Amino acid sequence: MMADIATYVLTALGLVFFVAGTVGLLRFPDTFSRLHALTKADNLGLGFIALGLAFQAESWAQLAMLALIWALALLAAGTVAQLVARAALAGLQEDE
Amino acid sequence: MTLALDLALCALIVCVSLATVAGGGIFRAIIFFITYGLFLAIGWARLGAFDVALAEAAIGAGLTGVLLLAAHGRLRRMRTKAVVQRTGLNLPAALAATAMTGALGWAWFALPAPSVPDLSQSIAQTGVGNPVTAVLLNFRAWDTLLESIVLLAALLGVWMLAREEDWNTPLGPRYHALSGGVLVGFGRLLPPVGLIFGAYLVWAGAESVGGAFQGGTVLAAVGLVALMANVLPAPSISQAGLRIALVLGPGVFLCTGLLAAALGSDFLSIAPEVAKAMILTIEIALSISIAVTLALLVLGPPVDTQGAP
Amino acid sequence: MSVWLHIVALGLLASLGAALLRVWRGPSQADRMMAAQLAGTGGVAVLMVLAALQDWGLLVVALALALLAALAAVGFVKAQTPDGAGDPEESPPPRDWAQKPAARQPDNGA
Repeated sequence: MMADIATYVLTALGLVFFVAGTVGLLRFPDTFSRLHALTKADNLGLGFIALGLAFQAESWAQLAMLALIWALALLAAGTVAQLVARAALAGLQEDE
Repeated sequence: MTLALDLALCALIVCVSLATVAGGGIFRAIIFFITYGLFLAIGWARLGAFDVALAEAAIGAGLTGVLLLAAHGRLRRMRTKAVVQRTGLNLPAALAATAMTGALGWAWFALPAPSVPDLSQSIAQTGVGNPVTAVLLNFRAWDTLLESIVLLAALLGVWMLAREEDWNTPLGPRYHALSGGVLVGFGRLLPPVGLIFGAYLVWAGAESVGGAFQGGTVLAAVGLVALMANVLPAPSISQAGLRIALVLGPGVFLCTGLLAAALGSDFLSIAPEVAKAMILTIEIALSISIAVTLALLVLGPPVDTQGAP
Repeated sequence: MSVWLHIVALGLLASLGAALLRVWRGPSQADRMMAAQLAGTGGVAVLMVLAALQDWGLLVVALALALLAALAAVGFVKAQTPDGAGDPEESPPPRDWAQKPAARQPDNGA
């Protein structure tokens, strides 16, 4: 019962962060601010959804997989944010 | 509720595929193509085909994306302006395509449903529990053998773009990265995790989701990250180790088939007693070859530093 | 619980579809690549929710997608460097990068 309530609350939070990230991506005026919004969705949105689903998992192996997925997504998001921002800052990429 | 989810997914797939061909620049089409691969992977997951979803996610959203983006960057450096001529609707082609779609739709509804052979007893004899692996490496081993040789032939085709003198130079563009930077750190952190995961996929492919192709693709992708971050030096064609790794998969597969023929049964038949061990051996050899072949396919031919970009 | 997870999956798919608008409009190439990156992470989230709904074996597929999410973006960043094989951090930022916001016009989605 408590596990179900935790799942409801945490996955709802995760969905809110994902929607916020998308709205930021669409509405912010500049490349760098959009990158800012995108990384919030990556880290917090995925983290809350993984945490919410962890209460539904049935074994330790599945918990470990959920944690590993979130850690890898964090690593990838951090790296990509740095590299894309650097490429955009140096003016390396042209507008299409 | 499930129907709403599936309908939303189908609508997304159709919209993304239409957006890919809608024009507006090559780069936009490439990005839409990458997201198309992603949505297709989710679609396969909904259909219960987990192995295909794994392969689609790795290749469609990963390797093909890198290949297309590298090609686009190279075209841009050569200052080639992509001029798309808007010539209007090509009526004969449109009519032929519509007729073909109509014929396929009619055939779908007119033909009787095929009777599915009951394989459940036979799967127990193949030595593996995953039905996809059983089909790929036991029932239809002939197809998989030919496919692995086709991959090798594709790589040879890519290498023919190089000059004879370049066969001793490292493959691909000479990647370099700032030492101590973000890219090098990523190239040091990700590949070990990917190596363990890829090896796990090959091993677990006998019983659950995975297989030689899926494991090989994941290994190729993380190997590519290591190469791009200049953490792994690019090999050259003349290295013996590289050539052995490429030929290992098809070679082992062919040898086991010939061994079976020499021992009295048919070519490529696998006796139930040794099935599991033999399939695992073939899978390990195949995944090494597939990983190296796919990584080299994306890397490209060796480039001479003076002339072409 | 199953109905709620379906709703979450639908919400995630809708958010993904909206992010694709940035791929359609985004004036610069980095905008388009970023939106594809968000789609990738959203796809991982959808696969995790589907794993809870259908079969926990889908977590393997989600893990593979998370592993490869950055590959296309790294390829994009390398393809943008002057010789196609470099590192965006190798060239220093332009001298006036701190003054840029005044000169930069918000493109408002163009």
